[in-house]
Amino acid sequence: MSAPAPARRRTIGQALDSAQLLLSAVAGLLVIGSVTQVAAVGVVDSRTAVLFGALIAVGELLRMNVPGNREVAPIASAGALGYALLLKVGAESAAHSAFQVVTVTACGTLAGALPHIAVGRIPRLDALARRIITPAVVAFIFRPVIDSSLRAHWPALITVMVLTVILSCVVDVSVAAMIRAEAVRARFGIALGDEIQAMGPLCAASGATGMLLAVSTFVMGPAALLVFTAPILVTQVAFRRFAGIRATYLQTVRALSQVTEVGGYVEAGHSRRVSRLAVAMGRELGMTEEELLELEYAALMHDIGQLSLRDPIPGGATVLASPQEQRRIAELGAGVITKTGVLDEVAEIVRRQSDPYRVSDGSAPPLASRVIKVANAYDDLVGDSADRDRSAAVLERLRLDSAAEYDPTVIEALGHAVDRMR
Amino acid sequence: MRGLPLAAWAYVCTVVALGTSCIALSSFDHMDWTTLAVLAVLSVICESVPALLSSASARVSLSYSAGLASVVLLGPVGAALVGASAVVTGRRDVALVKRVFNGAQFALSGYLAGVVYRVAGGTVGLPSNGSFPAIIPPYVAALVTYVAVNLGLIAVILVLVEQAPLWGFRWGPVGQLASGQLAYGMFGLLIAAPWGVVGPFSAVLVLLPMFIARWALEQTQAQQEAQAATIAALCQAVETKDYYTRGHSERVSRGAAMIAREIGMRPDRVGAVRYAGMLHDVGKLGVPTKVLQKSGALTEEEFAAIQLHPMRGLEIVRDIGFLDEALAGIMHHHERMDGTGYPMGLAGSEIPEFARVISVADAFDSMTSTRSYRPAMSLEAGMTELRRCAGTHFDPALVEAFVTAVERDGWTRPDPVAPPEGEETAQQDHDDPSVPLRVAGEGVRS
Repeated sequence: MSAPAPARRRTIGQALDSAQLLLSAVAGLLVIGSVTQVAAVGVVDSRTAVLFGALIAVGELLRMNVPGNREVAPIASAGALGYALLLKVGAESAAHSAFQVVTVTACGTLAGALPHIAVGRIPRLDALARRIITPAVVAFIFRPVIDSSLRAHWPALITVMVLTVILSCVVDVSVAAMIRAEAVRARFGIALGDEIQAMGPLCAASGATGMLLAVSTFVMGPAALLVFTAPILVTQVAFRRFAGIRATYLQTVRALSQVTEVGGYVEAGHSRRVSRLAVAMGRELGMTEEELLELEYAALMHDIGQLSLRDPIPGGATVLASPQEQRRIAELGAGVITKTGVLDEVAEIVRRQSDPYRVSDGSAPPLASRVIKVANAYDDLVGDSADRDRSAAVLERLRLDSAAEYDPTVIEALGHAVDRMR
Repeated sequence: MRGLPLAAWAYVCTVVALGTSCIALSSFDHMDWTTLAVLAVLSVICESVPALLSSASARVSLSYSAGLASVVLLGPVGAALVGASAVVTGRRDVALVKRVFNGAQFALSGYLAGVVYRVAGGTVGLPSNGSFPAIIPPYVAALVTYVAVNLGLIAVILVLVEQAPLWGFRWGPVGQLASGQLAYGMFGLLIAAPWGVVGPFSAVLVLLPMFIARWALEQTQAQQEAQAATIAALCQAVETKDYYTRGHSERVSRGAAMIAREIGMRPDRVGAVRYAGMLHDVGKLGVPTKVLQKSGALTEEEFAAIQLHPMRGLEIVRDIGFLDEALAGIMHHHERMDGTGYPMGLAGSEIPEFARVISVADAFDSMTSTRSYRPAMSLEAGMTELRRCAGTHFDPALVEAFVTAVERDGWTRPDPVAPPEGEETAQQDHDDPSVPLRVAGEGVRS
């Protein structure tokens, strides 16, 4: 068997994925190079530099996690972009170099991250690196443009500004997707889609505010930094609330899915194990984050229909119940979930969870239902036992059934997922 | 709007006439028509974004910022014209008379704000290098005028069409609305300030993050509703086991919220008590069906199993972070004021407030619902029973609050149920204080 070898390699690489390592190294070198350069030639307009640095530090201090466990600091990003795009402060031209932008961003970020580190909240290395590299991309493109003849053509300069910001967003999102694809072993295309969906709006908001900061200093001078961060502050507050409610909703479903366990209908921990396994398999099968969330909800609540049964099925293992009984539980469960009025897709997944893969009329159940069917069967047969032989035997048994009952590709995904979770 | 009272018609006509004359009697020399057109379009776009949100501060339209930007950039007449553009909103569901009134009142607000801005010493036109910070006091004066005129005109029409009482007007939401409007109004200055540098693009830069924030808030709202609906549906699923207690959680939740509002709890705590009421019996699932449906006296073990259900409920919901205070309510909802309740035997004020609230609503719903061993009590009998047990079993203040609330708002009792033939049903109810549980060898227990 060759399975253990890749598994071991992964555990070593787990903490330090190669893309993450590369990214951090690039950011580190960039910062060291820039600081050296700035130290050699001196700081231009130190007052503005300090003000922007302070804004970035505050933004970093207010960093948050948005759905999907993504670390963001929209205010810091906007501040750094604003400094990279800065043209004039009052009547004075802003003559700082791209190196100075990187230095100020790095100092601000470090200052804002220190209090977090002091209380033990270590920033995510890759997110931190991206927060330095993204404004650096803008600075290295845009600072030279200012010194060129384009400076006089105002509409052209604005266009370049917009394009640069968009480019930086693309770079940021792609890099994030690359790292995520490696971390959760998703395909790059899917990770990119997820990342655009999750980060796109925030990128746009930070970019817009960055540009606003850069142009508003024309009329208001450095005081603009105080006033013109208001829109991004509103965005940040709104996203924080959104992230909070997303987290508690998941918590709620997780907690309430335990009612079947407390009621003695299923083995303790069954719902959670099935949901964890199902999500791992879904990822293996290339599902998007949104689909994975639906899958997780459905997996957590897949046995909720048993609550309507008079007496629990012995041992709670639905895989051993008759097909009619299984179908009835699925129908009852879907009925409960439909009553929420908001989880119709989840209800449909639960409804079809007991359908065999090969149905006579040719309409195969949705992928998520097939995944739950397999994950449920596996957990019913293995339970929380860590015995490898038992797990292998169950896998073999499911494989034998896979022609009619289970989807063979889903069974393959189960094999990979079980390997990885060891 | 068919049955609009005569006074309201007269009022609407007056406002429209005033708004029109503000615009008609002014001169349009030196008017920057391009800027005007851009701001008017912007205002219409902002106005057309459907306000789906229920929280008062978020219902404020972003068009406020366009209106106030026009005060700075265009002066009173321009601001009036931009305000009047509210007549053409993209929202189809708004009646014509409402649109006309809206346009007129925004025009009036804009005009008066423009006048105040000038009187306070503000310069109309593109803000330049030297405008700050001198521009801020006149701008704030204009902003306050705009919001005050706007709210005043709307308040009068609401009173006239009798959607709001003249006396006992609830100022809380209005205050929230006003602060939201003042905040959004400040963004008008942000739009106006870089207008000289980047033109209309400044509006995009300011409003893009705001629209994104609004989108996030809408998502938040949807998720909140989804969460409430999911909790309700799962609680219902838990109840299906017992034919007689269906809808019990829902009603206890409503009753607990009625008490909470009556005693003046903060809205967020009312929300929490609602959840606690909904989830209070979730632990009953851990009690075997045959114990719940037993007809004779309970053995000690069986009684212990029932006593454990608040703890089992707590076990289930403990990980739900936002429940906080509700957790204590779920755990202690069977404590009694005299200290003879379960699971801890707390007495008096040791019992968390949420638990005391829930226990009143819980017992009342149980007594006024049909049980297999007795018909439902009338509401009056239920209240008498609550009062009888006040002090020993319930917190008297909460009982009184509940009685007041029920007498005022009413109480929906479950339909009398007749379980289908052959369905086994519970023969006693642990929530029912009028018929305490029978435990073998010890007489009765509650």
